Amino acid sequence: MGRFGRFSAILFMSFSFLLSTVLFSFASGQPQPWQMGLSESVTPIMTELLWFHDDFLLWIIGFVTFFVLFLLIVVVLFFNKRFHPVPSTTSHNTAIEVIWTVIPILILIVIAVPSFRLLYFERVIPEAAMTIKAIGHQWYWSYEYPDHEDVSFDSVMVEDEDLKAGQPRLLAVDQELIVPVGKVVRLLVTASDVIHSWAIPSFGMKIDAIPGRLNESWFKAEKVGVYYGQCSELCGVRHAFMPIAVRVVEQEIFDAWITMAVQSGPEDANELLTHRHKILSRTVSLKNGG
Amino acid sequence: MVTHAADHGQGGYPTGWRRYLFSTNHKDIGTMYLIFGMLNGLIGGALSIVIRMELQNPGLQFFGDPHLFNVFTTAHGLIMLFLMLMPALIGGFGNWFVPLMIGAPDMAFPRLNNVSFWLLPPAALLLFMSLFSEGDSGGSGFGGGWTLYPPLSAGGGPAVDYAILSIHIMGIASLLGSINFITTILNMRAPGMTMHKLPLFAWSLLITSFLLLLSLPVLAGALTMLLTDRNFGTTFFDPSGGGDPLLFQHLFWFFGHPEVYILVLPVFGIVSHIISTFSCKPVFGYLGMVYAMISIGVIGFIVWAHHMYAVGMDVNTQAYFITATIVISVPTGIKIFSWIATMWGGSISFKPPMVWVIGFIFLFTVGGVTGVVLANASINRALHDTYYIVAHFHYVLSLGAVFGLFAGWYYWFPKISGYMYSFFLAHMHFVVQFVGVNMIFFPQHFLGLAGMPRRYIDYPDAFAGWNYISSIGSYVSLLGVLIFLFGVFEAFLRKRPAASNPWGDGANSLEWTLPSPPPFHQFETLPHIK
Repeated sequence: MGRFGRFSAILFMSFSFLLSTVLFSFASGQPQPWQMGLSESVTPIMTELLWFHDDFLLWIIGFVTFFVLFLLIVVVLFFNKRFHPVPSTTSHNTAIEVIWTVIPILILIVIAVPSFRLLYFERVIPEAAMTIKAIGHQWYWSYEYPDHEDVSFDSVMVEDEDLKAGQPRLLAVDQELIVPVGKVVRLLVTASDVIHSWAIPSFGMKIDAIPGRLNESWFKAEKVGVYYGQCSELCGVRHAFMPIAVRVVEQEIFDAWITMAVQSGPEDANELLTHRHKILSRTVSLKNGG
Repeated sequence: MVTHAADHGQGGYPTGWRRYLFSTNHKDIGTMYLIFGMLNGLIGGALSIVIRMELQNPGLQFFGDPHLFNVFTTAHGLIMLFLMLMPALIGGFGNWFVPLMIGAPDMAFPRLNNVSFWLLPPAALLLFMSLFSEGDSGGSGFGGGWTLYPPLSAGGGPAVDYAILSIHIMGIASLLGSINFITTILNMRAPGMTMHKLPLFAWSLLITSFLLLLSLPVLAGALTMLLTDRNFGTTFFDPSGGGDPLLFQHLFWFFGHPEVYILVLPVFGIVSHIISTFSCKPVFGYLGMVYAMISIGVIGFIVWAHHMYAVGMDVNTQAYFITATIVISVPTGIKIFSWIATMWGGSISFKPPMVWVIGFIFLFTVGGVTGVVLANASINRALHDTYYIVAHFHYVLSLGAVFGLFAGWYYWFPKISGYMYSFFLAHMHFVVQFVGVNMIFFPQHFLGLAGMPRRYIDYPDAFAGWNYISSIGSYVSLLGVLIFLFGVFEAFLRKRPAASNPWGDGANSLEWTLPSPPPFHQFETLPHIK
């Protein structure tokens, strides 16, 4: 029996080694199959978060976990009935107790410094180029552009049967939120019925949409592309079916889009986006005096 | 059940159904709590298997209506916390072993003890009624999560009211139990047993009871306000009437955070006893252990808003909650290191309880370090309400607390039943369960980092791989539970009598001085502690 017990103790330890694999970071605005780490960064916040988690915290917690595992392996191998039949009677050692109180405190201080820096970086909102309001409803998001004559539209998930080629299931929406690249966007978030939460993993963002309260956050998307997120606060039956999609476009395209949206509505403006290259070449030729 | 031949001539006690319904005996009540916890554990576990079956592949598998899925996750959480872990750890092991360990003949208020147990079946009944009555979204049952956040929980049919009343009654039951434990431990210790000689399990129950006593009334207040919001037109949590949905979250987590320590502190106590027993060494740093538990209890009350980093709190408030939260890992670290130091230099025999405890220490460490990650508001906002959270709290509760529960079960089963179980089956159970739960929950860290939100019936196809592994893991751990049940069955079938102390010299708390099972009434002459 004792032998089997030691066997199972060793088995679980080798298993734990297998489990504690190194994490990776994957690229793109949506999750990837077998992704093991945080998403690729698109905003300064996410870049900082990637450093904080992948290059800093993961090493610390990995070290602590393997240190505990190492100590467990040592006691299992050396302080068992067979190899160490006479137990010691030590039950106090002030020095070591002080050490294992003080060293964790030091580690925590080392963690706290970048953590606070990052917190204030995230939550102290910089001067914004534009403001967008996101409102959570059961079960879709709606967006308003208060700086642009209150252009507003609903953003509803595309059902499986209506998916076009390249649209990811459960993430694609009929009308994406359009924002310019490289600009600080101030996001005001609220909800009309129950609590929802606006989140985009590759922005490192999550902010609750709470009825009766206006929450504020910001992002500065630094790469053109479409970035997806999902409602992150349980909001009822179709909680899993109200995704968030943000299309980050060049400033010229955004200007063209918002002008069109102000004039003839966001549906028509979205038509423009399909002719993205035409707009770009036109603006380039305009700049060249053509 | 067990017969108590040794009681002959000690005065009568009720037999048959009266013995249990009218019971004032801490051991009978403890046994009922254990059976109650076990039954509800099976129900809650079955719910989780169905949840994992649904999530095994993308798309809707078994639930035509996503509401029903939400009802399952809600019920799984409520049942596992309030009807499985708390009854089994506090009511079951607490009732059985606190009086035995401190050398008391029974609990201080035996009738109160009876009431606190018999309030639970009606509470469970209300919770099950809730599953079958109209809830939010028009479907049957309440699907707003165990956290019951309004405004989602402020609408819908009577399912929510039943759930609230059920939690109210469970709360009253726990409060009565806590009063009983505190009185018993403070007043009924055997002569010579000073507080600094109190066994760590009794200490853990004392601290747990204080946490319950201070946190449950806050929950009861929040639930009552929710109840009057729902039924009597008040607007405590309704912004249209000047209320605030966030007020509920603050009140809920003021209870909810101590609640997780309520679940895990008794396990800390159990683990200390088992390690000391099977290492044949006294607990290393006993006083450090005691004061670590006390400080975990105290700090546990001032960290609640780390569950709410995404609600838009003031940045300085968040800075405070980060500090308080990471501080709590210091006493927790002291406990982990003291356990290892207890084993260090010991003469460990790998009997089943010890193997479970070594598993516990490792898994609890994994859950603990991800807790340190989550304490930081910045990274927390990336991981909040994703599967990383699910993985974290299952590592500390489902793997930590439940492994402690099984360790306690294999440690005390011979004492409770008077029979030895099969070590082979117990080790098998450990290996299968260990592989199973890690398969379920380790990949969930990856899903969370990749951004998969929790409480989702369906997910983008990219998440399919790890979800599949996770679901397979849940079937493996189901196999583990079946081995466990077979082990219990086998022990009662074979009836191998257990010695009064089956674990040897290391087991030196008072319960091992009594026969297995102990007589109906013990310590008629109080033991003296040197």
